[in-house]
Amino acid sequence: MLTLGNTNLAANDICAIVLIVGGLFFFFTSTVGLLRFPDLYSRMHATGKGDTLAVLLIISGAIVHHGLNLNSAKLTLIALFVFIANPTATHAIGRAAYRCGIKPWRRKPEPSNSGEPKK
Amino acid sequence: MNTFFVYVDLFLGFLVLACLYRVVTGPTTIDRMIAVGAIGTKTLAILILIGFIFGRVEMFVDICTVYALLNFLGTLATTKFFEEKGKC
Repeated sequence: MLTLGNTNLAANDICAIVLIVGGLFFFFTSTVGLLRFPDLYSRMHATGKGDTLAVLLIISGAIVHHGLNLNSAKLTLIALFVFIANPTATHAIGRAAYRCGIKPWRRKPEPSNSGEPKK
Repeated sequence: MNTFFVYVDLFLGFLVLACLYRVVTGPTTIDRMIAVGAIGTKTLAILILIGFIFGRVEMFVDICTVYALLNFLGTLATTKFFEEKGKC
């Protein structure tokens, strides 16, 4: 029993805190990826995976915090569904973008130091 | 434990605002769809934790199930709409 200020934290609360903070970290990285990546496909790359893992971690943290009962069973169903649905949705978006005629981003060929254009 | 959930939800709210920036400035409409999908999954996490804050977990878990399903269907429907050439 860890007493922090006036709240005392049982073992499952500590594990829940660790899992939820992990989920927050992946939400943050996927958001940074969504904002900073140069191209549509790379943004999709970041959010598709980052958000799925983050939701899984936060839901498992909630399950650990909540203990073993019906709500935890429903939470596992939500986690399973998001684990399957989110990548599928990202794939559908990627296919739609490709069929729509959006070409993936290419880095500009920087001029080689000897000055003549690179073949 | 409750204050921890409140701070987690506040942080997720700021991340939603950051994704909103991509929704506004996204050059193509497909960018906006990705950002809206990202906001959807963040809202799902926020809803689950709000269920714990309010102490009515069974109600919010059902809301989150429906929300996850609708978020998925919405994304599929919009991609079906945007698939023709030159529409995005």
